[in-house]
Amino acid sequence: MNEQSAQDRLLGRLLGPAGPELSCERCFEELDRYVELELAGADADAAIPGMRGHLDGCSACAEDHESLRALLMEQSGSSP
Amino acid sequence: MRAPVEPVPAARGLDADSRRWLERLGDAGPEREAAIGELHELLLRAASSEVSRRCAMFPQFRGGDQQDIAQQSADDALVAIMGKLDDFRGESRFTTWAYKFALYEAAANVRKRAWQGRELPLDAEAWPDVADAGPAPHREAETNQLLAAIREEIQSSLSTHQREVLVAIALNEVPIDVLAERLNTTRGALYKALHDARRSLRAALLERGLSIEQHQAEEGG
Repeated sequence: MNEQSAQDRLLGRLLGPAGPELSCERCFEELDRYVELELAGADADAAIPGMRGHLDGCSACAEDHESLRALLMEQSGSSP
Repeated sequence: MRAPVEPVPAARGLDADSRRWLERLGDAGPEREAAIGELHELLLRAASSEVSRRCAMFPQFRGGDQQDIAQQSADDALVAIMGKLDDFRGESRFTTWAYKFALYEAAANVRKRAWQGRELPLDAEAWPDVADAGPAPHREAETNQLLAAIREEIQSSLSTHQREVLVAIALNEVPIDVLAERLNTTRGALYKALHDARRSLRAALLERGLSIEQHQAEEGG
């Protein structure tokens, strides 16, 4: 797997995702459904278009996503 | 072995546990108070776990600080949830829906506490030294060319507000909710400004004949 350089990480933060993405508000609305679909092995990105793009572009929402995913996995006895 | 979490499709209606939560929280009697108490306990456990995990990155936080932040986050989440019960569409379990409020509040409160009293770096002059020996030389040169062009376009193609938001969040990595609090606005409004700034930068780079997509595709390959 490619290790991202500091320049590429900065470039990613400055330019954001190329494709369509949800707003922070819509991301929060859909977050619970998205994470449950992911953990069930369903195609969450197809069910909620624009969610992945937003998670790539918004570090705060990405952290919320990781936290909810980790909490549900912990509760179901899964390892991250 | 991973135990899959079954989603709750809205078409199937509410699962029994979620329905029970809504019935109890909508009750007029003591059952409502009991349900609110249980919900607060759930939120506090989720918030405490999240605060503890995040505070590991901030040695300045003591145990008492962490408890305060977790308690405040659970309280804030409970108020938000009780005000939005009608918005719960049953597309996930009720507890999953509720947890996201506690985690959101906990993360935001930790970030705000970590930045409390600190001056926010809003200045594009604080352009970081990103030199490293990682990428191949030709690729590094391309990246640096893009970054140099972006640095110029930040000054010439963005509005003052877009520039301030982009520089703070993307360049200086100020957390978006910390900036929102200082500018007396919302995370969503700031992200809109960030999104618009990024679109403007991408358009400006294309006008210069710089191919961003190809560059980022090379990164993945």
